[in-house]
Amino acid sequence: MSDAAPTPMVEARGVHKYYGSNLVVKGIDLTVAPGEVTCLLGPSGSGKSTFLRCINHLEKINAGTIRVAGELVGYREHNGRLHELRDAEIAQRRSEIGMVFQQFNLFPHMTVLENLVEAPVQVRREDTATARERGLRLLERVGLADKADAYPRSLSGGQQQRVAVARALNMRPKLMLFDEPTSALDPELVGEVLDVMRDLAADGMSMIVVTHEIAFAREVADTVTFMDDGVVVESGSPAQVLGDPQHQRTRSFLAKVLS
Amino acid sequence: MTTATPPAAPAAGTVTGESPQVVPVRRYGHWVATAVIVVAGVLLLWSVLTNPNFEWDVALGYLGNGQVLHGLLVTLMLTLVAMVVGCAIGVVMALGRESRNPVVAGAAFGYVAFFRGTPLLVQLIFWFNLAALYPVLTLGIPSGPHLFELDANTVITPMVAAILGLGLNEGAYMSEIVRAGLQSVDPGQIDAAEALGMRKSQVFRRIVLPQAMRVIIPPTGNQTISMLKTTSLVSVIAIPDVLFAVQTIYSRNFQVVPLLITVSIWYLAVTTVLSIGQHFVERRFRRGDNRLQEPSLLATVRSGLVPWRRSRPPGPGEPTEGSRR
Ligand SMILES: Nc1ncnc2c1ncn2[C@@H]1O[C@H](COP(=O)(O)OP(=O)(O)OP(=O)(O)O)[C@@H](O)[C@H]1O
Ligand SMILES: [Mg+2]
Repeated sequence: MSDAAPTPMVEARGVHKYYGSNLVVKGIDLTVAPGEVTCLLGPSGSGKSTFLRCINHLEKINAGTIRVAGELVGYREHNGRLHELRDAEIAQRRSEIGMVFQQFNLFPHMTVLENLVEAPVQVRREDTATARERGLRLLERVGLADKADAYPRSLSGGQQQRVAVARALNMRPKLMLFDEPTSALDPELVGEVLDVMRDLAADGMSMIVVTHEIAFAREVADTVTFMDDGVVVESGSPAQVLGDPQHQRTRSFLAKVLS
Repeated sequence: MTTATPPAAPAAGTVTGESPQVVPVRRYGHWVATAVIVVAGVLLLWSVLTNPNFEWDVALGYLGNGQVLHGLLVTLMLTLVAMVVGCAIGVVMALGRESRNPVVAGAAFGYVAFFRGTPLLVQLIFWFNLAALYPVLTLGIPSGPHLFELDANTVITPMVAAILGLGLNEGAYMSEIVRAGLQSVDPGQIDAAEALGMRKSQVFRRIVLPQAMRVIIPPTGNQTISMLKTTSLVSVIAIPDVLFAVQTIYSRNFQVVPLLITVSIWYLAVTTVLSIGQHFVERRFRRGDNRLQEPSLLATVRSGLVPWRRSRPPGPGEPTEGSRR
């Protein structure tokens, strides 16, 4: 470790987000160091998904700043003012942030391999052969090399989610965002997806994972952040937040999830 | 009569005893319906073929008539051009309706309301008579310098009036069809594509439109078939389409019924070809969807002809087109 603190992978300061007149994210600060895994916990409706979608600018924030690898995602800073970026520039910055959704969201009209190749070719202008080759290696890594030519609908939920992870990785992102990646899965399929994520964390990927899998958080996370009602209630090592929670809200949430 | 299909071989591990024979329910209603339809069909066909007033030799004789064939070509060309114009306008107006700019959305709404709300025949005659309203078409500043000036009578030929009338009208209907298609695409698809760094135009072209096509194609096929027949309206503005051609011929020789049969045979033939084409286009855009695999066209026809031989849905382990790609 060098003496100067490295640029954080994610640095959120005072993030606010309204839906209409409804304030759902109420001033969140969060820092993720490079290579770090942060698990976001919190009850339903606490604003976890919304905050995650703000990080890659799928939602516009109303106040505060979010920097990814030192850069604002949706804006350019100029003379102390923020200028909104154009569609193409936002897209370019987003392409460095992978995202995995609860509902997989694979492209149903493309085969598994076509799903993986689409963005590198369309966005990065890579040649198809290179993108396919790397895609096939990623499919092998998630254990689905034999499904390259299958269509998503013929796969199980767990297989689809592993393809979704591989699709995001084929853009070689600096940061991966996971929004409840196992919540739509049958219990017996959860493990195979968590295995892929564990492998990714061990590989040094910076990750923010919204999850209800407490055991996964305890084992893999460097930081566990507990959110409620649009604010961070407490944040710290898994041992601190999960083992010795300081706030009543955290305790009652954990009691519910673990029972 | 029919032999019951033997039940599938029992899976390994289950008791392999004597498996009872399965006798399907006898659908007597189907047999009665089939008999009634066959008898009625034969009677109708017999009367049509033997009634000398139909003059089948005349009707069939005019099928290859030069004037009729030329008219058919005009009809086909008009259908094609009007549908292309209609689809292009439809996509633009559908996107306009979804625009966040209320002026754009309102204009698109007004367009659809106007062109769906007035009769096509009126619109056709209106375009045909545009020269009466605007004898000179100009582009420029009112009572200032003009970029160009055109005589409306030379620009709005009957053919241009026909294409404008049919295309603008079709655009209003296509915009609703395209809009329904776009709305059928799961918003999660757009999230996923944008999260991968695709630009809005790429998301639309590569992700949204191909999926919307599954919903857009079937009604568009119907619109095309309908357009083929709607083009016959242009005979009122003296365009020599296939209907105009036979009208010209029967106004000379008074063989009205045989010539109407001639033109009907041609319309039927083309709509049949279009329907078959539609079937294949629909199949092409159902790629990846293994719930909606349909049997081939021939199989559909064959099983439809024989009421007791129903096509069986594919079993769980059987390959479907989606998995075979
Ligand atoms: N597109 C939207 N428009 C309006 N309100 C929204 C929208 N998305 C979310 N909300 C509201 O914002 C609040 C936070 O929602 P969010 O999805 O971020 O919660 P969450 O913590 O992810 O919950 P869950 O665990 O159920 O996924 C909720 O009250 C929700 O109703
Ligand atoms: Mg959520």
